[in-house]
Amino acid sequence: MCGFGGYFGSIRDAEALLTRMTAAIAHRGPDEQGKFVAPDAGLAHARLSVIGIGDGQQPMSDVSGNLTIAFNGEIFNYVELREGLIAKGRRFRTSSDTEVILQLYDELGEDCLPLLNGDFAFALWDNRHRRMVLARDRMGVRPLFFTSKDGVLYFASEIKALLKVPGVSAEIDPIALDQIFTLWAPIAPRTAFRNIHELEPASVMIATEGQVMVKRYWHLDYPHRDAPSKVTNEDDAAEELQALLTDAVRLRMRADVPVGSYLSGGLDSSVVSALAAGMTPRRLQTFSVTFDSTEHDESAFQTEMASALGTHHRAIACRPGDIARVFPDVIRFAERPIIRTAPAPLYQLSGLVRQAGLKVVLTGEGADEVFAGYDVFKEARVRRFCGRQPASRMRPQLFRRLYPYLPGLQQQSVEYLSAFFGTGNTALDDPLFSHRPRFKTTAAAKIFFSGDLRAALKGYDAAEDLASRLPQAFSLWHPLHQAQYLETRFLLPGYILSSQGDRMAMAHGIEGRFPFLDPRLVEFAARLPPEMKLKGLVEKHILRKAAKHLLPTAIRERTKQPYRAPDASSFVGAGELDYVRDCLSEASIAAGGLFNAKAVASLHEKCRTQPVSGFRDNAAFVGILSTQLWQKNFTGQEVGAAKAA
Amino acid sequence: MVTIKDKVRTFIVDNFLFGDTSYQLSDTASLIENDIMDSTAVLELVAFIEDNFGIAMVDSDVVPANLDSIERLSSFISARAKALAA
Repeated sequence: MCGFGGYFGSIRDAEALLTRMTAAIAHRGPDEQGKFVAPDAGLAHARLSVIGIGDGQQPMSDVSGNLTIAFNGEIFNYVELREGLIAKGRRFRTSSDTEVILQLYDELGEDCLPLLNGDFAFALWDNRHRRMVLARDRMGVRPLFFTSKDGVLYFASEIKALLKVPGVSAEIDPIALDQIFTLWAPIAPRTAFRNIHELEPASVMIATEGQVMVKRYWHLDYPHRDAPSKVTNEDDAAEELQALLTDAVRLRMRADVPVGSYLSGGLDSSVVSALAAGMTPRRLQTFSVTFDSTEHDESAFQTEMASALGTHHRAIACRPGDIARVFPDVIRFAERPIIRTAPAPLYQLSGLVRQAGLKVVLTGEGADEVFAGYDVFKEARVRRFCGRQPASRMRPQLFRRLYPYLPGLQQQSVEYLSAFFGTGNTALDDPLFSHRPRFKTTAAAKIFFSGDLRAALKGYDAAEDLASRLPQAFSLWHPLHQAQYLETRFLLPGYILSSQGDRMAMAHGIEGRFPFLDPRLVEFAARLPPEMKLKGLVEKHILRKAAKHLLPTAIRERTKQPYRAPDASSFVGAGELDYVRDCLSEASIAAGGLFNAKAVASLHEKCRTQPVSGFRDNAAFVGILSTQLWQKNFTGQEVGAAKAA
Repeated sequence: MVTIKDKVRTFIVDNFLFGDTSYQLSDTASLIENDIMDSTAVLELVAFIEDNFGIAMVDSDVVPANLDSIERLSSFISARAKALAA
């Protein structure tokens, strides 16, 4: 796990630029640094040594010197791929997975990508064909950004390295901001930075002189909704799932350093930790975050699970004030505005792992996408149920069952529940049916956009933009699979794996590994009939069944508690930090030009004086504050000092 | 003279539109469908009515038919105020 940067084209002072790019992402690879410069191509690498510690230095060239790679991530099935290549007569000079990619590419070109079971992004200079090949893993675990300037292609693991290129500067992309304030994340390849792009997951870019081609090498696909399922026996499916998950964890335990595990106390990380604990010769180290507020805290379940597994467990407390304290760093690493504070405790957590001396952790992320764990899936099912009998006063009561942790919703009348979830006027064939309420509620925060920003957006509609990008087969899928696609294809890479995942972990040089995103497991889950995933209103049914012998009943049968963190309340009240006041001051907001200064002042005051802020106000507060921090971080304005008032 | 409708509009503009008077909010526009109110805002609205008009709202009062536009709110408050005065 590492970071890299580079270019393709003719530039001056290549060595100096590569040094600056590497320095900008040194946190991703604190162990070693390396550079490669050829006519019209250069690569730089910052290494976090995990596999092939003694002989895996990068950039790495093949024997001929024609192929050179800078690689971030891991190829988990590199042992099997290596054996296959050796059987074909190939010889290896190192024990690293990096050399496996080089040799596999030498055999197959970019057709090697579907064979890789891993979390990766790489840049490979192919001197034979004079082309630069950029590639990224299927689900979007590892990041890769690019831009072009004066005919030269520049690329890097993080955007801050691209900002070291002369003439490349940070400017907010208004469309991206609209997407964040609607969909929670920009739609790739767009990023928050105007003219800086992201290589989409499961994609390869091949750049030759005068031509750049991007193509997808893998697609997430689901069966036709009316096709008879090939998986009919639930017991068999649970058995197959357990075997797949066990192997996914086994592959992800491969490292020349100890591997730990996050343990939230929920089903997913508990299953992963349980499997990992049985595979490590040492006592497994587990890590979690605790909160003071009972609304967010899961420490009782974490303790129970750690005790059941006998792990060496460490927890870090996210106390009032902690989120505000680390938030400027969170935005600096996330490199985009965000509308929730949930990444901040994960930033603290990766720091704890680093303090414990580990570099690699397993996580349970991905299970909610592939096995239908999120509330949005259940909500869509209830909305369809209500939509079939709009006059029913019984059916909308189910919404209360879905959101026991939202007191504002619990107190609503049936009529208001129906109105909020749009049960009477929603088109059941809307491709965004499952996510409409979330997008609509989030987009309400755009009320704070300034007149100038609205004018720049010219009526742009992020949700319709998203709908226009759906594949042709989408309309033929079961509604649950449509909803899963929206989560897995867009929000997972755009927010969960990036703002909450790679960027928060790599801020402290920690590599997260995601067994639930093993491609074999993702494809298996996509083939499962919907009712094996969401059975009635019980989420991840098949996973619970597969975990029967792995977990205590209390953990296995828990209803999912969504991972959340306090939002606006983290920043206001006694001890409000100077930077919060600075960023939200009328002068600062007016200078930024993106929001209505008086309205923001009013929101700030409302959040100070009212203990409970609704979803719209929370999203707006965090979104505006993070946008201001983004502007100050990346456009050169100084951020106010993070000290208590 | 400040009417009930004026008071209601001022409350909504101040608290849900954050003082943005440029927002074109007609008296009959749905506060939910126009994304002006979420579930927390309903509770704020109930507190506003009870605190400012002395009306005790029971659960069956808290429905969109009474509260989902400036017009409906004004009518509801006026009717209850008259009943209280009678």
